[in-house]
Amino acid sequence: MAGQRARGKSLVIAAVGWVVAIWIFFPIFWMFLTSFKGEAGAIATPPRLFFVPTLESYHEVFQRANYWRVTFNTLGVSIGATVVALLFSIPAAYAMAFLPGKRTRGTLLWMLSTRMLPPVGVLVPIYLIARNTHLLDTVTGLALVDMFTNMPITVWMLYTFFREIPVPILEAGRMDGANRWQEITRVLLPLATPGIASTALLSMILCWNEAFWSLNLTSSNAAPLAAFIASFSSPEGLFFGKLSAASTLAVAPILAFGWISQKQLVRGLTFGAVK
Amino acid sequence: MSAVTTASQHHRKAAIGAGASGALMLAPAVFVLLVWSVVPLVLTLWYSFQNYNLVDPTLHGFAGVNNYWYLLSDPDFLQSLLNTAILVIGVLVISVGGGTLLAVLYDQEFVGRGVARVLVISPFFVMPTVSALLWKNLMLHPIYGVYSWMMRAVGLTPIDWLQRFPMLTVMMIVAWEWLPFAVLILLTAVQSLDAEQKEAALLDGAGPVARFFHIVLPHLSRAIAVVIMIETIYLLTIFAEIMVTTAGGPGVASTNLAYLIYSRALLQFDVGGASAGGVIAIVIANIAAAFLVRAVARHLEV
Repeated sequence: MAGQRARGKSLVIAAVGWVVAIWIFFPIFWMFLTSFKGEAGAIATPPRLFFVPTLESYHEVFQRANYWRVTFNTLGVSIGATVVALLFSIPAAYAMAFLPGKRTRGTLLWMLSTRMLPPVGVLVPIYLIARNTHLLDTVTGLALVDMFTNMPITVWMLYTFFREIPVPILEAGRMDGANRWQEITRVLLPLATPGIASTALLSMILCWNEAFWSLNLTSSNAAPLAAFIASFSSPEGLFFGKLSAASTLAVAPILAFGWISQKQLVRGLTFGAVK
Repeated sequence: MSAVTTASQHHRKAAIGAGASGALMLAPAVFVLLVWSVVPLVLTLWYSFQNYNLVDPTLHGFAGVNNYWYLLSDPDFLQSLLNTAILVIGVLVISVGGGTLLAVLYDQEFVGRGVARVLVISPFFVMPTVSALLWKNLMLHPIYGVYSWMMRAVGLTPIDWLQRFPMLTVMMIVAWEWLPFAVLILLTAVQSLDAEQKEAALLDGAGPVARFFHIVLPHLSRAIAVVIMIETIYLLTIFAEIMVTTAGGPGVASTNLAYLIYSRALLQFDVGGASAGGVIAIVIANIAAAFLVRAVARHLEV
């Protein structure tokens, strides 16, 4: 009896769990499906669940002159911003994790607080500075802004990972005569590789998906995917097939990264408050 | 905790140079962030007191508090503040309330739980412009959208959601993006709850409701606080979703503070007025941020 009731209960939980999951995921699933329907199939009523798949929409997206450029822009911004942010963040996180001083705590909290600056609050000066320095609508300009906005997160995330590395291991290296540079490159970095990889991944995801600065600081030259997709918003909005194909291409790599690394991302997203 | 104390003790003993090289390694990051956070802030403040329009060079000079006065007496501004509040509060209620329940749900064992979890957190990884256009077109389009088809299938008349209920619809789209974030964080927190603690409560005969309120919820309180505050920071300046769905309309029905500042700055080229709005946005965000920094600081072991 009791066993039966427990089984009934777990069936209900499984049913609710699956219905909710499918309902939440449905728009993404539907986008994926629609991307293989072609334009006519995409707006067929009633909506089709089963159909002969076609790559027509993908072909058309690839043929748009700027598609590849947009993808390279996105890659350039994401990789550039991430690499430079790490170059600044790794030494800073090292100093705070292994050479803490009286002001370390204050510095960490101050860095966190710079992240709280609402982008729209500084839209006007950033736009004007970018315009006057000819960085408007350039990959470099957007990458710089993304680097600045993500650096508090990369420093914090690295800091929480570095803190977990046992100090005696670093000390042992120093006993063997390693100087600080060797200590960092030969002992710390190999040990911290998983943490650094997660940090880089989170930074890549945030840059890839960043929309506010992408929409405001770029136009035809340096537009990344987030801005390119927005160009489907008005007159072209009714091309559901092309919208879905372009969206699928823009979203798929990040979804895959997110699925793989969800656990590690939590730490970076909450500044180490939830692990 | 102890590891760090040993580290600092060691270095204090080892070399006076440690402090200097630590500062040296910290300096580039601090300098860059300092420039990034101070220069634009000072400029925004400066512009907010200037008559400055990008397309009207005759207009210049000190404006006093005119930009603020003009903004504060503009009904569009009040509407945008109201919309900002609706967006922040509505999405917080949905994502934190729903997120807590779903975290508990996906903490239970069931067939295919791992896959179901991945499906639920996925929308968080979709870029805002894609999320908004998926909902606007594939889901809610009054003729071709899946939801409209479902409404017709049960005999209802499809609604043009973004025209009829613009703010509510934008709120639902944003909630679809942020509910998964709450689930991701809260599920991680629930899972760190000691299994023994849960079992002990079960043996004590505590029912599911009692267990939720007396064990799970207190354990989650810190994670919930973190979710509320991080979401607040982002939700205060939602922009892309509004831009690609309603462009703030009809009229200003779905214009929030971020969109209002954008339209003043880059559509009307009113640098002074937009900057005054920017200062107000910064003040509001700082009030929320103060709580976040304090909540994180409490758990910071330095």
